[in-house]
Amino acid sequence: MINTYDILETIKMIQEEHLDIRTITMGISLRDCCHSDIKVSTQKVYDKITKRAEKLVSTGEEIERKYGIPIINKRISVTPIALVAESCDSKDYVQYAYALQKAAEATGVNFIGGYSALVHKGYTEGDRALIASIPEALANTNNVCSSVNVATTKAGINMDAVAEMGRIIKQAAELTKDRDSIGCAKLVVFANVPEDNPFMAGAFHGVGEPECVINVGVSGPGVVRAALAKAGDCDFSQVADTIKKTAFKITRMGQLVACEASEALGVPFGIVDLSLAPTPAIGDSVAHILEEMGLEKCGTHGTTAALALLNDAVKKGGVMASSHVGGLSGAFIPVSEDAGMIDAVKCGALSLEKLEAMTAVCSVGLDMIVVPGDTTAETLSAIIADEIAIGVINTKTTAVRVIPAIGKKIGEELEFGGLLGSGPVMPVSNFSSERFVKRGGRIPAPMHSLKN
Amino acid sequence: MKAVITVLGKDTTGIIYRISEILYKTNNNILDLSQTIMEDMFTMIMLVDISKSSNSIDELNQQLKALGEELNLSVRIQHEDIFSSMHRI
Repeated sequence: MINTYDILETIKMIQEEHLDIRTITMGISLRDCCHSDIKVSTQKVYDKITKRAEKLVSTGEEIERKYGIPIINKRISVTPIALVAESCDSKDYVQYAYALQKAAEATGVNFIGGYSALVHKGYTEGDRALIASIPEALANTNNVCSSVNVATTKAGINMDAVAEMGRIIKQAAELTKDRDSIGCAKLVVFANVPEDNPFMAGAFHGVGEPECVINVGVSGPGVVRAALAKAGDCDFSQVADTIKKTAFKITRMGQLVACEASEALGVPFGIVDLSLAPTPAIGDSVAHILEEMGLEKCGTHGTTAALALLNDAVKKGGVMASSHVGGLSGAFIPVSEDAGMIDAVKCGALSLEKLEAMTAVCSVGLDMIVVPGDTTAETLSAIIADEIAIGVINTKTTAVRVIPAIGKKIGEELEFGGLLGSGPVMPVSNFSSERFVKRGGRIPAPMHSLKN
Repeated sequence: MKAVITVLGKDTTGIIYRISEILYKTNNNILDLSQTIMEDMFTMIMLVDISKSSNSIDELNQQLKALGEELNLSVRIQHEDIFSSMHRI
C-alpha cells in the first residue's frame, strides 16, 4: 500500500494548498474551415469545434471526480483565425469571433483562444483585417481570447505591428470602458509565442500541431510556498531542491490527468505546461513564494534573483515528470491575478520597471498590468517594444497584457472578477516615446539568431 | 481498479463499520487498512478493490461524502493512481 504520509501529503496539497490542474486545453485545427463565403466558413468553424470538443467539459469533470483533484478550467485553442479567415471574400472577421463565442457556449468551456495573427515578419491582408477587428471582437464576446505575435528571435521585431498594437489595446479599452476595460485582459502581444500553450489569453493551436491535441497546464504556487515554509532557513541549494521536488510531484499529476484526458477523448496528448500560475485566492500566489524565500515584499532588491531560482527549479523538477513538456513552462507573474503582487504594488514595493526586469528570468512577461487610462497609444507601444526586445534577445517567450483603465488614475483599481482578479493602476513614464515608435519598419533579428 | 479512501477528523465510534457497510453493499473488497493519529487528527486510510463494484467511483464518492457529513468527518475516495503517480517513479 502507498505510504500513509504520501497519501496525506497529496490530500493536504489539494485541500489546503490549492493544488489543482489549472487547465485542460483542447487544441483544434481549423485549417480545413477556409471558404470564400464567410457564412460557410464560420459555420464550419462552429461545427468542427463543437464536434471535437463536445465531451471536453464532461470528461474533465469525470477525471476530477475520479482522482479527487480540481480541474479549474476546460478550454479550447484554435488555429490563428487570420489564417482561416483570409480565404473568405468578406473582411468582416468579427463574424469568426461570434462563431467562436457560440462554440464556447455550446461546449461549456470558459475561454476559447485563437483570435490571433502571427505578424512577426510582416502582415498578410488577412492579418491586417483580423488585427483591426480585435477591439470589436473582444468587446462583443465574453469568452474569446486574442493574441498577436509581433516578433521572434529569428525574424526580429515588427515595429509596425508594435505601433499598431498600442492603438488596438487603447481601442479595446475604450470599447469596454463600462466593464473595467476587460477587452484588454483578453488580448496578449507576444514575442516567440509558443504554439502549444494551454494558458489563456495567449493560447492558440499552432500550424505545426496535429488535427486535435490535449495540452494540460498544472499549477500550485501554494504548494511550493508551503514546502519552502516547511524547509525553513536553509541555503539556496536546499531551496532549489525543495522547489524541484515539489514541481516534480505537481507535474506528475498533470501528466496523469493529461494521459487520462487524452485517452478518454481519443485525442493525442500534446504537452504538459509546467507553469506556476497564481490566482487571486489567498495562498495561491507566486509573490508569496518569493517572500517566503526571505524578501519582505515582492519587488524589493533580490526579487529578480529569487524568481530566476524559482523559474529554473520548477523546470528542472517538472521536466522529468512529464514525457512532453511545452507551452510557456515557468512562473507566471500576472499582477491582478496574484494577491501577493497586488499587495506589493499597493504598498509601493513593486513597480513596472521591476516587473520588466523580472520578466527577463521567468515565463511570459508584463501580465495583467493596469496603467492610467490617459496613457498614449505610443507609450503602450513602447512598453510592448521593451518587453518584446527582452524576449527576442534572450530567445524566450515574452508577452504584454496591459489594461489602460479608461477614466481612472494612479491608485484607483479595476475589478475584473474571477480568475482575472483586480488590479491597481500603476504609473508609467510621462516622457514621450512617440518619435521612436513612429519610425516603423523592423528591428533586425539579433546576431545569435544566425545559428545554422 | 483500486481506490484509496481517506477519513480525516475527530475519532468516533463506528467509522470503520459504517464505511465497510457501504463497501460491502456495493460489492467492494477492502485490501488494506491503516489507522493512526496524525497532527491530532484521526486518520484512516483504506485501499479498496473497486473493479467489481456495483457503483461507480462517482457514486461511491457521493455515498461516502454523505456519510462524512453525518459523522462530521472528511471522507473521500480517489483512484489509486493519483497517489502512485505523484510519489512513485
